[in-house]
This record gives sequence, structure tokens and C-alpha cells, in this order.
Amino acid sequence: MKTWLLAALLLVSVVAAHAVEPAERLANPALEARARAISSQLRCLVCQNESIDESGADLAHDIRMFVRERLTAGDTNAQATQALVNRYGQFVLLNPPVESATYVLWYGPPLLLAIGLFGSLVWLKRRQTVPLEAAPLNPEETSRLDGLMHGTDA
Amino acid sequence: MKRLLYLLPLLLFMVLAGYFVISLRPNHDIHELPSAMIEKPAPAFDLAGLGDSKPLDLDALKGHPFIINFFASWCVPCRVEHPLLMRLAGQNHLPLYGIAYKDKPADSTRLLATFGDPYRSVGIDQDGRVGLNFGVYGVPETYVIDSTGVIRRRFVGPLTAETVEKDLLPLLKQLGQS
Repeated sequence: MKTWLLAALLLVSVVAAHAVEPAERLANPALEARARAISSQLRCLVCQNESIDESGADLAHDIRMFVRERLTAGDTNAQATQALVNRYGQFVLLNPPVESATYVLWYGPPLLLAIGLFGSLVWLKRRQTVPLEAAPLNPEETSRLDGLMHGTDA
Repeated sequence: MKRLLYLLPLLLFMVLAGYFVISLRPNHDIHELPSAMIEKPAPAFDLAGLGDSKPLDLDALKGHPFIINFFASWCVPCRVEHPLLMRLAGQNHLPLYGIAYKDKPADSTRLLATFGDPYRSVGIDQDGRVGLNFGVYGVPETYVIDSTGVIRRRFVGPLTAETVEKDLLPLLKQLGQS
């Protein structure tokens, strides 16, 4: 029992590791919270599938410091993010904006799902129209069946 | 109508295959990111010079087209690229400046002393801030900047004989004439 509890405890305690070093943190908790929120939405350009908040890469550290500097200097969240987009392009955003270049990305999957659902519905509908009960035998079939049943094959 | 439906998988396959052909073509690195800084003014910098180099100041460099190469002593691909830079410097196309990116000055100096110094002068960017402003995400990176200070071309990763021949030299020629 105890082992199970421990295992369960360990399971729920698995959370995303953060790479933010103590020395990076801002003294002002409100600013630090904003910096963390921004960082979690920025892609580390070295590892490419981690946010800079989670990445231990050197460049991620630099960008975290950059974000904090901008916030301390009075930037809004949007301004700090835009400053990085200006440098690294939209790839730096983990959550790409909806615009003509990303329509396929955003609307492609729902569209494919819709096509799939529609196709399935059509298929199901068609299957239902096939009669479940077989048509009754005609007289010729009945007499043949009778013959088979009684061993006198026609 | 029904026949068209049967063609749908083929059509989908062709779209996918087309995508793969484009993105898996040779000499195309799928990890290379699109550049946001092309055709934009290079971010200002004024870096302390390495060794006896003069400070590397963007404003002072403007007026002529030039090349900036981000390098570091800890960077392996930079060593691969280095002989090519030496050759370029020898051919005297355009002034080539170096920026030592996140590197200890003593290490950069030793690197250049050991393998040769292709740069007209070298600026020290130890905290990587100038690199960050350029959108550098790994060394080496090479930027071609025109006389007005606008970034014209960016090369991510080591230059190769092929990229120099097909890409860099034509551009340098064009910039040198204008």
C-alpha cells in the first residue's frame, strides 16, 4: 500500500522542469511572473521544441535575460515578445498567430476531421439502408430448400 | 463522381510527396530557420576590439559593404569554415569583420593565433547580446551588409565552397559594383 501511495505521489509530482536559474529571477514578483508567462510561450531556437522557460540552452538563458531586461525597462508583454519576433521571426512563438500563412496549420486539422466525420456519416447512413432481414424465398427456392431438407435433391 | 472519390487517396499522396520533395531536397537544412532580419537595418553595435583591434562600431563600418562573421573558439563548425574565410580574406572581396560570440577573449585570440586571422578586425560579444540582436541562434553565422547598413544576406552555419561560389560571390560582386 505504502509503495503504491509513494508511486502515485511521484507520478503527480512530475511537472515540467524549469530551467530558470535563481540568479536570473527578478526581485519584483509581479515582473518575474510576467517574465515567466512570456518565457513559457517562446521557443528555444536551439532545441526548437522546448520553451525558453524549460530549456537549459545558453541561448535560452540569454533570451530569458533579454525578456527580463525589457520588462524592467517598462515594456509591455506584447512589446517584449515583439522585440524577439523582430529578431528571430515568428518561429520564436510557440503559439503561432492566425494569419494567411498559418491558415493551413490552424484550420487544416479541423477541416480534415470534418471531412472524415462527414465521410463516416455518409457511410453509416448508406449501410443502414441495406435491409437487415433477407427477402422471403420465392416458390422455386422454397421447393428446392424442401428438397434439400428431405434428402431428395432436385 | 464515385471514380473521383477513388482518386482522392492518390491526390493526397501526391500532395504529401510534393511536400517531401520540396522539404527534403539536397542542401536544404530543415532546421534552418527563416530569417527575420533580411533587408532590415543591421542592429547597432559598438564592440570592444579583440587584442589590438580597434573597436568594432557599426556606424564606422557603414559607407562600404562588408561581411560580418560570428564565430567562437568553442565552435567546431567554425573550424570547418575557417580555411574558407582565410581564402576569402586573401582574395580581398569585401572587408570581413569578425564578432567573437560568447567567447573568452583569450580563447578567441589563441584561436586566431593558431589558425590564422582572416578578419580585418574583431569585436568581442562576450554576453552574446549583439548576436541576439542579429537573431543569431548558433555560430557560425555570416551576414552580408550593404553600404547603408542593411542586412542583405545571412548564412546560417559554416560557409561551404558551394555557397560561397553560387551565393556569396555573386552578391559581393553586385554590392561591390553598386
